[in-house]
Amino acid sequence: MKPAPNSHSRQHVVRRRRGAPPAAILVPALVVATAVMLPLIYLVVRSTDASGGIWAYMVRPQTLVVLARTLLLVVGVSLASLVVALPIAYLTTRTDLPGRRLWFVLTTLPLVIPSYVFAYTFVSAFASGGLLSSSLGISFPIGGYWGALVVLTLATYPYALLTLRAGMLGIDPSFEEAARSLGRSGIKAFYYVTLPLLRPSIAAGSLLVALYVLSDFGAVSLLRYTTFTRAIYVQYENSFNRGNAAALGLMLVLLTGLILLVDARLRGRGRVRRIGVGEGRRSPRRVLGRWRWPAFLFLTVVIGVALAAPLTIIVAWLARGLAAGQGVTFEWAPVLNAAGVSAAAAFASLVAAVPVAVLAVRFPSRLSALLERFSYLGYALPGIVVALALVFFGARYLPWAYQSQLLLVFAYVLLFLPQAVGNLRASLLQVNPHIEDAARSLGRSPIATIVSVTLPLMRSGLITSAMLVFLTTMKELPATLLLRPTGFDTLATRLWSWTEEAFFAQAAPSALMLVLVSSLSVAILLSQDASD
Amino acid sequence: MRRSIHILAILFLGLAASSVAQTLTIYSGRNEAFVGPVIVAFEAATGMDVEVRYGDTAPLVAQLLEEGSNSPADLLLAQDAGALGAMAAAGMLAPLPREILSQVDARFRSSQGLWVGVTGRARVLVVGPDLDDLPTSVFELTEERFRGRVGWAPGNGSFQAFVTAMRVIYGEARASEWLRAMVANDTRVYPKNTPIVEAVGRGEIDIGLVNHYYLYRFTAENPDFSGRNLFLPDADIGALVNVAGAAVVASSDRQIAAQHFIAFLLSPLAQRHFAAEVNEYPLVPGVSANPELPPLSQLATPDIDLAALSDLETTLELLLDTGALE
Repeated sequence: MKPAPNSHSRQHVVRRRRGAPPAAILVPALVVATAVMLPLIYLVVRSTDASGGIWAYMVRPQTLVVLARTLLLVVGVSLASLVVALPIAYLTTRTDLPGRRLWFVLTTLPLVIPSYVFAYTFVSAFASGGLLSSSLGISFPIGGYWGALVVLTLATYPYALLTLRAGMLGIDPSFEEAARSLGRSGIKAFYYVTLPLLRPSIAAGSLLVALYVLSDFGAVSLLRYTTFTRAIYVQYENSFNRGNAAALGLMLVLLTGLILLVDARLRGRGRVRRIGVGEGRRSPRRVLGRWRWPAFLFLTVVIGVALAAPLTIIVAWLARGLAAGQGVTFEWAPVLNAAGVSAAAAFASLVAAVPVAVLAVRFPSRLSALLERFSYLGYALPGIVVALALVFFGARYLPWAYQSQLLLVFAYVLLFLPQAVGNLRASLLQVNPHIEDAARSLGRSPIATIVSVTLPLMRSGLITSAMLVFLTTMKELPATLLLRPTGFDTLATRLWSWTEEAFFAQAAPSALMLVLVSSLSVAILLSQDASD
Repeated sequence: MRRSIHILAILFLGLAASSVAQTLTIYSGRNEAFVGPVIVAFEAATGMDVEVRYGDTAPLVAQLLEEGSNSPADLLLAQDAGALGAMAAAGMLAPLPREILSQVDARFRSSQGLWVGVTGRARVLVVGPDLDDLPTSVFELTEERFRGRVGWAPGNGSFQAFVTAMRVIYGEARASEWLRAMVANDTRVYPKNTPIVEAVGRGEIDIGLVNHYYLYRFTAENPDFSGRNLFLPDADIGALVNVAGAAVVASSDRQIAAQHFIAFLLSPLAQRHFAAEVNEYPLVPGVSANPELPPLSQLATPDIDLAALSDLETTLELLLDTGALE
């Protein structure tokens, strides 16, 4: 039933036929991997200052407790965000749900809300005496594991959603049709055929979620659940001990390695590609009928909790401030700055991710797998660690680039590269290499083939990748604060500046603008996505 | 007052000759809403360009320590004495001239002359309306009647400075005992000061251990906000006054201009701004605090050298060991 064995044998054929990767792909991929190593080098250098020696610090009981807590949260949020994202991806791509595109945009938008805003909303709504508990007369236990689980699930399920959607759109419908024609029910065909075909997307999406959870600081700090990232911040904030922070950072790197190993298992070894025409045929839409009502209910609840609730709180901040006669100012420069560096980061991430993904998928080897895995390192580290690594190298060796937009965009690429690599890899797996071979046999060079044949077929993966990096960069804060040119403000830094000192009314326009600009870019990008 | 004006006049005359068209780079752990207007006034008064890098104090200090002698920073404005102490310990601060140091009471500046306090921030208890039997010391907060009614932010720098002061004055054992008793008394944990004040406002808790000025931001947005500040009497350790301060970075090649800026921060103009807009205590004699606040001179503060607050690592270990900080 699974298509894996058949295509697995094809993989071996492919591997034999293609030899060494062209230098034009290998060299950029090696450059990217080297760049991603910078934070690791920094951590190793700095961790020699840890109290009592790095090894002693790493195996302290406290450190091991943090390890266990971090793992619990990572596993919990990864599973929970799949549970939320999978039905949404299915409903918005494979059914006749009315307003599919709108539902999709709305369920994607929580991506633009920084996790600390989520956490703040959550606390003000659910804490005893808060909005909800005073109107319902009950209070929920907030903070700790469950609070962090809920908030981070809301903040991260869109990452899984975007990846799953791209995967579903790229699936060749003929597999499922074959299953149906052989007598499987729609649900069974989905379970036995579509789901296994989605495995690379599920793995890529879960990995993005899992590593985001590792690096998140906003939510775990407000909800007081100590993960490695929070422990690292505690060291920086409270004792200015960069050595201990670096030792914890190295533990985080090890944990990332472990997660990447698990992910490699989850991905499975099978390879599934579209054969036949390059222009993909779309899967038929499933008629929902009466089932559309529970679907609406589900989507409404998700949007209500993940989007409407935080927006309501922000508007309430604004209204309360205006009612109290506060002047609220708004400037355009942070909007343009944020959009500018985020677009640059999205573009640069694609440029960096394409060679890594092509190498990993088209030229499978130990080296190419290793290079691809390396690209995830920066994403799993807290922004402050990557930023301090670039402060370390930038101030010493690149004074001309230090605190310039160039180095800032470079930091974003290190931080968010996997959002592009993961999606590009998944969509490249769905492009049949025989089409590329045909282009080669007609005289195209390997690079020209990639540019004129492969990339156009990866369209929805490219768009998804660019969108993810753009939106994540829009809300990035810790690295922006450390690496931006002096005086350079983004929406996230404005939001931070106001909320930090509890000027919530002043913070509201920046927060709303962040959501607005991000929503517009989601809409623009989706309108480019012809495959819907 | 007259003396400081005199000093300012001399400094600015010197400036006109020496440092016009220089750009001064400031790393500010203080919020733009608070120092922004002062910087504009400084630029207008001196014709100098000032570039400010805003951030949270601790990451900015980590950044400065990472930059080392390559730092583009000329000045550091920090939220607390501990951060300035960490910079001093790393040998990254240049000594300040006596004319600047002498303007501020010795309690509120570095004993080595490496940094100077600009404004005072008092530790207080923010209390809700439901509390009739007020505590007179933080040591009472471990009593049964306050079970589950007190909030603190063990991860917050100002709180940790307070715990460090408790360690220094009462000893490690007493501080540890207090922390454990607080944890056992179901003291509620908050990520920072603002949510504590908010929690008191909505009645989640009755008492919060915070800095004095947060309250006034809530009452500014919401005049009906139910909470008020309790300044503990009799030099209780819970009435510690910490400072937000300034220092010149040792690697700066604009030391004189940086000193001018610090002098400006201590000028009556800037001190009045901090008193009125930020509700912090001015530290230069002659400028009075927000009339809602008890005057600094009337606060019985614990007797401690703020430079002693820089041993944060021991405090952090203590907080982790006692379970106050998870």
